[in-house]
Parts: sequence; structure tokens; C-alpha cells
Amino acid sequence: MKKTLSILLALALVTALLVGCGSTTTTSTNTQTATTNTETTKTDDAKANLKVGFIFLHDENSTYDLNFLNAAKETCKAMGFSEDQFIYRTNIPEGQECYDTAAELVDAGCTIVFADSFGHEDFMIQAAKEFPNVQFCHATGTRAHTEGLSNYHNAFASIYEGRYLAGVAAGMKLNEMIEAGEFTAEEAKMGYVGAFTYAEVVSGYSSFFLGARSVCPTVTMEVTFTGSWYDETAEKEGANKLIANGCKLISQHADSMGAPTACETAGVPDVSYNGSTKDACPNTFIVSSRIDWAPYYQYVINAVLNGEEIPSDYTGTIGTGSVKLTEVNEQAAAAGTAEAIEAVKAELTAGTRHVYDVSTFTVGGEALSSYLADVDTDAAYTGDTEVVLDGYFHESEFRSAPYFDLQIDGITLLDTAF
Amino acid sequence: MNKESRFHISKRKALPWYKAWAIRGAAIVLALIVCALITTLATGLNPLKVYGTMIQGALGTPRKVWTLMQNLAILLCISLAVTPAFRMRFWNIGAEGQVLISALACAACMILLGDKVPNAVLILIMIAASVAAGAIWAVIPAFFKAKFNTNETLFTLMMNYVATQLVAYFVIVWEVPKGAGKIGIINQSTQAGWLPQIGDYKYLLNILVVAVLTVLMYVYLNYTKHGYEIAVVGESERTARYVGIKVEKVIIRTLLLSGAVCGVAGLLLVGGTDHTVTTTIAGGRGFTAVMVSWLAKFNPIGMIFASLLLVFLGRGASEISTVYGLNNSFGDILTGVILFFIIGSEFFINYQLHFRVKAEKGGEANV
Repeated sequence: MKKTLSILLALALVTALLVGCGSTTTTSTNTQTATTNTETTKTDDAKANLKVGFIFLHDENSTYDLNFLNAAKETCKAMGFSEDQFIYRTNIPEGQECYDTAAELVDAGCTIVFADSFGHEDFMIQAAKEFPNVQFCHATGTRAHTEGLSNYHNAFASIYEGRYLAGVAAGMKLNEMIEAGEFTAEEAKMGYVGAFTYAEVVSGYSSFFLGARSVCPTVTMEVTFTGSWYDETAEKEGANKLIANGCKLISQHADSMGAPTACETAGVPDVSYNGSTKDACPNTFIVSSRIDWAPYYQYVINAVLNGEEIPSDYTGTIGTGSVKLTEVNEQAAAAGTAEAIEAVKAELTAGTRHVYDVSTFTVGGEALSSYLADVDTDAAYTGDTEVVLDGYFHESEFRSAPYFDLQIDGITLLDTAF
Repeated sequence: MNKESRFHISKRKALPWYKAWAIRGAAIVLALIVCALITTLATGLNPLKVYGTMIQGALGTPRKVWTLMQNLAILLCISLAVTPAFRMRFWNIGAEGQVLISALACAACMILLGDKVPNAVLILIMIAASVAAGAIWAVIPAFFKAKFNTNETLFTLMMNYVATQLVAYFVIVWEVPKGAGKIGIINQSTQAGWLPQIGDYKYLLNILVVAVLTVLMYVYLNYTKHGYEIAVVGESERTARYVGIKVEKVIIRTLLLSGAVCGVAGLLLVGGTDHTVTTTIAGGRGFTAVMVSWLAKFNPIGMIFASLLLVFLGRGASEISTVYGLNNSFGDILTGVILFFIIGSEFFINYQLHFRVKAEKGGEANV
């Protein structure tokens, strides 16, 4: 009995090994035939052989990454690529794994690699130095214009304009609530849940605030920071704290559903980010601004196919279709919001209105006439570029990533630990 | 009496190695079958194809093999670190914190001294700082255990959180650009403090260092007086005292060693590969190492295979999720099933089931 059993077990082990080996060989031959097939059917067309790699910090559970993922899928469809030409790598941390993944994508034949998170930048640069024939395109980064690599590029969008428009919608909602007698004009206070005291966030809440104040002159705002780009609990707690402080409307710049769901529970209107949260928050969602990355993806892919140079910085605008607002939720927004947004949008694109017009805000009680921004990133955060010209702060023009990091009057920071 | 259970369990005598491995092999086969069933039922994919993808994902290209080896080296290094403490029955679950604090110490040297001292001197300082930081982090709970008999499990666990918060704090201090909450690659242009690369192989140095450590740890545990003392303290503190071993001294000495080896892991992570520090740089490996050490029964050579298995499963699982567009959790489910069977098989190696088939005494036929 003992012997038969051990023989049986040994047999099982051997079969397992055989099955294991068998499966590897079959798959590898499968892939081989697959590649030869594609090579023969789709002949010497550069487009058919192009492979594009994408590195995402999280997966579709993060609104931030979902926004990138959707743009990539849309690009794939719109440009007529087959699905296996776009390779997606999700949940890639901001460490050596990012470099490893970029290198693996190059091994897999990708000639363009996109990454979506700020912390991926240094590891993308490392890969760019090693693979000069591959284009590395990094969203939200700051170093491309000083690094001097011809195959490493940064991209962002003038999302402060989108935030400003969303701010207009917020201001109108506040006006409506003041008229309805829910609170006085002096009590019109907004709350904002930010991730870090990083320029991207500062620029975001400042433009949102200025948009709101352009229609509701008495508005003030409180900002709290979570110290993480994705922390559902902290974002929810942050929103609840602001609501308890008497904030009548909430907006956020962090990537989970924490703040929107807190607002829905408390019945406080919310201006969202990264995309519509209407499904989860039908009664409180007003509007959301977001960056549409598809225009940039298409721009880079076309440039590579045509052998054109890609600039070190690309700033998408309302005009390129990169800065978008979702549909206004009529159930929560004030009447006429959509029309008002369109009117302001027209002024912004025509250049007759500027978000950071220095006549619309003060810093420490004084008007701003000059500011050296830290455009060329360095460890000491030295200001190096004059950005106040022609009466307004030129955001995202000297490099794509935002550098507006001023504390303007009317906004109170509750905590600045991060 | 009339309701006697249908089987009972008894402790086995030591099984010959080939039988023990046969049981483990059978467990893996069963695990693979269960995983195949889950895959087919949940996703409708061909399980053999999924296993093929897993192997491709872990070993498909030379680069993937190198990355696998690098991950294996780090996990093995941390496993080696926790093992002497475990042999002594000192439940050190603070490896995560010990690695983090030494990573922080290493990064601090690179940031603060990067342009002030020659590279060779800097690397020596980094080695000393990392090893010392890890050792100090481990010896604090050891001291309290030895002197006041505090609970080392809680103490080492809490030290992890302190280390994480310290790293979080210093990331904000050294962040670039302001407010970003990221340090980024340290000294990317000068490469000051980067451990040297052997030829074209980025990860070879790490792998060699850990290989040497593995052999040394094997010898230390099995063939030295220290190793013997650790084993005696682990078996019975009273016996140890009776034969004249200073238990307090052994506890502190062993934890110094544990922490120092964690320090090496932190050094290799920051100086050797990542060149940055984040709160997630250890990535839970301080806890995975506990499992590796137990799976291998505290044998350094066995730990090579245990870490290989875990790293392979992890890399394979992430490949499955990207190739088939499945959620990352699916890979984790498969890994969980496989581990469940492997750990479960240890039960059948140590114990025996007796079924009441007939009125048979001490049935030995069943596995």
C-alpha cells in the first residue's frame, strides 16, 4: 500500500512536469505563428508594425488612471490599430519596477512608451538614456526641457482653464443657494481636498477658486491635503472635515471616489475631477473637468509614423481638445450653467480673458507684478523664469507641467504638512 | 462510544526526504488543478494557456529572468535576515521596518554626502550606515525582550510603523520639486553612491552578494557555536540557562545580526537598484520573508527555492492580469490557492490520518 502510493505520487509529479513543459512549448509556438501571420498579412506598413506601450500607476479603479486607460483605448480604436499593438501595464509602482517595465516593453517591440504618473519620470529618463531609438513620453513630468534627451518628452494640458470653468459652475451654484436663502453671501465658503502642496494642485485649486469668484465675489475657500494621490479614507475624511467647517460646496484634486461619495452622503454639491461621478453621486455632482489624453497620444503616434520630431514639452489646450468638461448635471447645477461655461470658454480661447489675470487676485494683500517660478526643477526649488508678463501669470507655457505655486488671498490652507 | 469519529490524527515519525517531497509535489499538482478549475469557471480561458503565460511572464526573456533573479535576491536576503531570530523562537516580524530604516539611512548618505566625499568613501559610509540602522532597529525590541521580557511580536510590528512614518517625513524634507512628495532618483547625473555595476549586468552584484550571504548564513546556523546556541535557546530557554548559555546575550547578538542583514537588503535596494527611497520600497517583503523562512523550515538552501516560488508566482500573476486584461486580484487568487496547498501539505508530512476502515489497529497505510 505504502509503495503503491509513493509510486502514484511520483507518477503524478512526473505528469505535472510534463504538462508544465508541454504548455510552455505550445504557447511559444502559438505566439511564433501569430507573429509570422501578422508579418505576412500586413506587409511593409509602418503602422501595422508599430507597437505602443503604456505604463499606469494603478488600474481602472483609480479615476486618474482610468482617464488615461480610456484615452489609450480610444486612440487605439480611432487610429485603427489592432488591440495587440497597444500593450498596457497596470499597477506599476514609482520605483525600479517602472524602469524594468519600460525595458520589457521595449523588448516586446514597442517604439513608443507612455507613462502616466509623476513619480515614473526619473525611471523613464533612465530607460530613455538606455534605448535612444524608442520615444519615451511622460505625462505630468518636469524634466524633459532640461534633460536634453531627444527621445524623452513631457506632456500636460492647460487644465487650469478647465478648473476655472468648473469654478464658474461652482460659483453659480453658490449664487443660487444664496438667493434661495440657504446662507448669506458672506458665508459662501468652498472646500477643496488636495493631495500635496504641489504646484499642480496649487494651480488647480487657485484657478478653481478664481473661476468661482468671477461669478460669486464674496466666496472664500479652505483647502486640506491628504498626503497621497490615492487614499479613499483620507479623502473622505478631508471632505467631511470641510463640510463640518461650514463649506457649502466641495471640489477635489485626488484620485479616489472619497470626496464625491462623502458629498453625496452629506448632500453637499461637488465639482469633481478626472471624469464624471454622476452615476455614484446623482444628487450632488455638478460638473467635472478632466484632461483628455487621446489628442496627445494621437499626436505622438502620428509624429513617430511620419518621422517628425516630438517637442520636449506638449501642453494640450481647450483648442486641441485636451481640456474637457463633462456634461453638466442639471439635477444639481444652477440653471444656465452650461451656457455660462460656454461663454467663458469662448473668452479663454479667444485670449480676451486670462485665468491668472493679476488684476483679479492678490498675494499677501498686494498685486503681483513679477514672479520667478521654479521652471527648471532643482533640489533647492530656486525660481529661475519670469512668468508674469502682459498683466497675467503665464501658466504651462515655459514647460507643460504647472508651476503656479502662489498662495493667493481668499484661500485658507488648513494644513500644509504635505 | 457508538458515535466514534471516522478517523483520527496522529503525529508521524520523520518521513524520508523523498516521501516528503512526493507529498509536496502532489500538493502542487492538486493546487494547479484547482487553479485550472477556477480559471476556467471564472474567466473561460484555457488554463494551460494561462500557465504558459505565467511562465512567459516570469522567464520569457533574458531581462525577465534577471528581474526575477533580482527580486529573488532581495526576498531571499530578507528571509535570511529573519531566520536566525526564528530559529531562536524570537518572532521578529519587523523586517519591513528594518529594511525601510536602512534604506532611509542609505538614501540620507547619498543625498547629504553625494557631492562632498569621494565615491568609494561614500559607498563605505553607506554600507556602515545601512547595516547599523537595520541592526539598531532590530536590537531595540531585542533589548526589551531580554531585559523585561516584552512581547517581541508586537514590539517589532510597531517598529515597522515608526520606520514607515520616518521615511514619509524625510521624503517630504527631500522632495523634488517642492510639494511633489517624491525624492526621485538620487544623484541621477553624477551616480554618486551608486553601487558599481558588474559588466552589463545591472543586478548581478545584488545577486552575488545575496548568494554569498546565503552560504555564510547556512554555515553560521549549522556549523558554528553561535548557531548551536541559537538552536538551544529556541528549543528551551531553561536548558540553555542550565548549560550555561547567556540567553540575554544570545537574543541581543542574534537580533543585531538579523537587523544587519536587513540593512544589507536596504543597501542593495537603494544603492544597488532603485536609487531612491519611498515608503513602499520594501513592498511587504519583510512579511513575505516570514513565509519564505517557514516554508523552508529555516533552512537557507531551502529558502532559495521558497523565494523562487513566491517571486515566480508574483511575476507570473501580474503577467496574467495584463495579458488577459484581468484584475490584479485574479493573480493573487491563484497565488493564494497554490500557497494554501503547499502550506497544507506540511500537515500531511507531519501528521497521519487513520481512517476506521475495519477493526484495524494503528493503520499505517494511509498518507
